[in-house]
Amino acid sequence: MSVLINQEELFQDRVDNEIKIEPRDWMPDAYRKTLVRQISQHAHSEIVGMLPEGNWISRAPSLKRKAILLAKVQDEAGHGLYLYSAAETLGTSREQMINDLHSGKAKYSSIFNYPTLTWADIGAIGWLVDGAAILNQVMLCRTSYGPYARAMVRICKEESFHQRQGFDILLTLSRGTPAQKEMCQDAINRWWWPSMMMFGPRDSESTNSDQSMKWKIKRKSNDELRQNFVDMCAEQVKVLGMTLPDADLKWNEAEGKYDFGEIDWDEFWNVVKGNGPCNKQRLDARRKAWEEGEWVREAASAFAKKQQQKQKQDKAA
Amino acid sequence: MFLLNYTLYLADNALLLGHRNSEWCGHGPVLEQDIAITNISLDLIGQARNFYQYAALLKNDGSTEDTFAYTRDIREFKNCLLTELPNGDWGQTILRQFLFSNYQYLLYEQLQHGHDQQLAAIAAKALKEVTYHLRWSSEWVIRLGDGTEESHRRMEQAIAEIWSYTGELFIPASYELEANANGIAPDLKTLEVSWLQKVNEIFTAASLSAFAKATADKVYMHKGGKQGNHTEYMGYILAELQFMQRAYPGAEW
Repeated sequence: MSVLINQEELFQDRVDNEIKIEPRDWMPDAYRKTLVRQISQHAHSEIVGMLPEGNWISRAPSLKRKAILLAKVQDEAGHGLYLYSAAETLGTSREQMINDLHSGKAKYSSIFNYPTLTWADIGAIGWLVDGAAILNQVMLCRTSYGPYARAMVRICKEESFHQRQGFDILLTLSRGTPAQKEMCQDAINRWWWPSMMMFGPRDSESTNSDQSMKWKIKRKSNDELRQNFVDMCAEQVKVLGMTLPDADLKWNEAEGKYDFGEIDWDEFWNVVKGNGPCNKQRLDARRKAWEEGEWVREAASAFAKKQQQKQKQDKAA
Repeated sequence: MFLLNYTLYLADNALLLGHRNSEWCGHGPVLEQDIAITNISLDLIGQARNFYQYAALLKNDGSTEDTFAYTRDIREFKNCLLTELPNGDWGQTILRQFLFSNYQYLLYEQLQHGHDQQLAAIAAKALKEVTYHLRWSSEWVIRLGDGTEESHRRMEQAIAEIWSYTGELFIPASYELEANANGIAPDLKTLEVSWLQKVNEIFTAASLSAFAKATADKVYMHKGGKQGNHTEYMGYILAELQFMQRAYPGAEW
């Protein structure tokens, strides 16, 4: 028992001294479990997140926008790969994680359960959703688990590029025809609150937060990150000549930050529980792709085995 | 005029196949291959843009890459029927890619030495991409042909579905004949010989027999795409592709 306590103390000591935890290092089971849950959830979000944006690839309004969007959605697939690999270093296979997604056991970010109705939604996702994700991810670049932190560094570089592209879509719309301006404002109206929800429950309601902060998996609380997000967007929206749909949004001179209104927590919990507008469609699409790809994956592994056997036989001969 | 039409032919092929492949994005059988097919789609759309931009220069009437892609109607598109066929299962998509990349590879290889400098330059650049597309799709044809019983059956089925759309690649339209007469484009007859050799090589490695059967049976070959006589699928592709430009004419995006 005393050995175990020593290891826990050593572990916390490393974390406190900003030494990264690596796959072969000893770590508390709960740390490992929390990381697998969080990293796989993050990976699933990248993969499910391909769907709402992929919805506009075939209808993108110009060839240039189409190419940019395709590249962006492809980047997300790449992010999913980095993250699944990072999670695999903790001893859970990609297949297991994917099965957990399909069975509904594992979650993904609720934001992707909202529909992309117009082209402006692609801009709003880039600006707001990627913008919110970046705040979280920049923090995670310094997370205590080495493979996760390193995956995040790569992801952050591409993510900030995506955010600029999203903002550029909205900027073009904001300078366009009255119909385009209306489309722009409407998308901001629909994506603002769901984006605010991306930071999770309020600190007072958040169950996993304290331990994650102690282990330096997280370094900022949900409410802190949400405040950063509001402060950033409230300024950027002025460049677009648009507004954020929050009557309570107001600069607080004394505190040097924006005050803002209350999130609809009923909606938040409903979408988490599976009642969002697209929860079913998203999971159905992922399951369908996986099931229809089964014969392909089986063929690829059967072929690889045959090749290995041939190589062995060639060597023997 | 033949040069413009020939350039649009090259562009339309790349756009349509790129469009079809992009439908896989987010729905591939495994993440790595989702990325690969999207990459090919991106390459093809990039090639289409280069050809359209050149076509816009040739036409010189205010046309742009986007007016060609988004405001022409079905009868003006010149792509081969093969490129507009639905994706089907992964096997059909792979087979279509292999058959077309094989053609595109041989075509660009010649085109890069042709007399039109712009087309030669675009082809030379695209050839690097297509070399990879051909290698990737060849490997997959072999892998699926020689994988499991099911994958083998699906590949034989894919050949039966698609083979009759390959003849058109080698039946020259008037603009191809003129481009060839002017030293810009290759002779399709010679291209066809090399193309069949490669198909035979890969299908043999994949233990696929449907090819031998199809050639022995002299399967009827569909044609018409090069003259704008398309399949019914094409109208729905355009309805989707062109929706925004049709709904909001003249807007900048």
